[in-house]
Amino acid sequence: MQNINEKILNYIEKNSRIDLKELATILGESENEVINALQDMEEKHIICGYHTLINWDKAGIDKVTAMIEVRVTPQRGMGFDKVAKHIYNYPEVTSVYLISGGFDFMVIIEGRTLKEVAEFVSSKLAPLESVLSTKTNFILKLYKEHGTIMSEDRLDERMKMSL
Amino acid sequence: MRNPVNQTITNIAPSGIRKFFDIVQEMDDAISLGVGEPDFDTPWRIRDEAIFSLENGRTFYTSNSGLKELKVAISEYLTRKYDLIYDPNQEMMITVGGSEAIDIALRAMLDPGDEVLIPQPSYVSYGPCTILAGGNPVYIELKEDDEFRLTPEEVEEKITDKTKVLILPYPNNPTGAVMEGSDLKKIVDIVIKHDLFVLTDEIYAELTYQKNHVSIAAFPGMKERTVYINGFSKAFAMTGWRLGYACAPAVLLSQMLKIHQFAIMCAPTTSQYAAVEAVKSCDKEVADMVVQYDERRRYLLNRLRDMGIRCFEPFGAFYIFPSIKEFGMTSEEFATNLLKKQKVAVVPGTAFGQCGEGFVRISYAYSMDNLKKAMDRIELFVKELKEETN
Repeated sequence: MQNINEKILNYIEKNSRIDLKELATILGESENEVINALQDMEEKHIICGYHTLINWDKAGIDKVTAMIEVRVTPQRGMGFDKVAKHIYNYPEVTSVYLISGGFDFMVIIEGRTLKEVAEFVSSKLAPLESVLSTKTNFILKLYKEHGTIMSEDRLDERMKMSL
Repeated sequence: MRNPVNQTITNIAPSGIRKFFDIVQEMDDAISLGVGEPDFDTPWRIRDEAIFSLENGRTFYTSNSGLKELKVAISEYLTRKYDLIYDPNQEMMITVGGSEAIDIALRAMLDPGDEVLIPQPSYVSYGPCTILAGGNPVYIELKEDDEFRLTPEEVEEKITDKTKVLILPYPNNPTGAVMEGSDLKKIVDIVIKHDLFVLTDEIYAELTYQKNHVSIAAFPGMKERTVYINGFSKAFAMTGWRLGYACAPAVLLSQMLKIHQFAIMCAPTTSQYAAVEAVKSCDKEVADMVVQYDERRRYLLNRLRDMGIRCFEPFGAFYIFPSIKEFGMTSEEFATNLLKKQKVAVVPGTAFGQCGEGFVRISYAYSMDNLKKAMDRIELFVKELKEETN
């Protein structure tokens, strides 16, 4: 049996806008317990934010996203964390992952134009002392993110009534 | 010219609900809560296996009883899930949906005049299949007070020296009722005492929300007097694949297989290859669907009760079966008015037998958004009705 925290997290990961009373009903818990659990998880930074998944393409707003493979030299005594911090402090950087395999960090950068992103890489990221190399991959099309497929919803093709 | 049609089939009345269905079908902007099939797509890995089998040219007949690999996989699945032990070679066959299994099981078991006990409300095919097999259906009216569980008294009351088969449709369509182990035990005693056979239709076995499903076939002394029917439609969201299976003692299964062999040949090959993947590696996919059904179930129950509608808590399938008796209408009038006024379609309880009068079936095989919209509309409808009567 899942505990209440796990049940809440599983649900709100896909739908954070749900009314709390409704969430309690759906999960079969009392409203108070749900509120307390949510508060607790927010304070402990288990829940780190409530964001919106947007199909920018469809909104007609231009955005450029790049995934940058970064090779670095770890810092003595600090490992990769210090370098990571240096990188993720830039607001242009939306995500930073430490990666196993052929490179060390996957850094995701968002900008308005190709030029803007390229410039950030060449002027800020690449020159960092511990950065050995970067490889910039621009995203051409987003198909699926956060478990959600970006294309149109499918119609319900079932017969309207069946026994 | 002579009458081209057979008397027995002519005498079976078409479902009275057809007219209502036709109205729903034509109303484009109606929200339907009327379907009896999952809203989920068949899990991708299952569809992918089907495509792969086609790419490999696996497009021939399988053996009559079904693909061996699938039967072995089902046998392991039934042991893992329900403590059932069936020999995939002698005691199991793959059918065209659970529906075919119901039909051939009754045809293989009944002699003219044999009586079949059929609890209602329940799925619509048991009675007609019994009649077509030469038997006589004897209906048992289940009660809301018992949460639509079958009680030993109800069974015993209807037993005659002609009674041969008891049909056990749990988890139940349309009520959502379940039979727990303790409920089944009492039925087992009577079945053995009166030397009856059981046809247990467990097509909704994966969809229970309180306790895991228990099969009557797992009770000592029951395997030899049970036809166990299950399938892929509900559990794995595979309705259109038309795939089910039946397990029974070899002496009975071999006769069922003869009918299947002459009438059907074999179940669809592509579906069978896909189904191997379903029983072998889709526990997670099924569990995810069950969680979502359960969320919707709680939501609906709560909304209906908030509206002041009487409703027992169903723990199986994907239906809720509220009582609409307080509104002084028949089920069909209620459903028709709801459709006309608020454009929400539900199924009148009478579609599942006369004792479904006073109830409607609401399916929660719909997205939460859909259910919310529908519940808001039903709330308006009920409010108006209550104002009218006051």
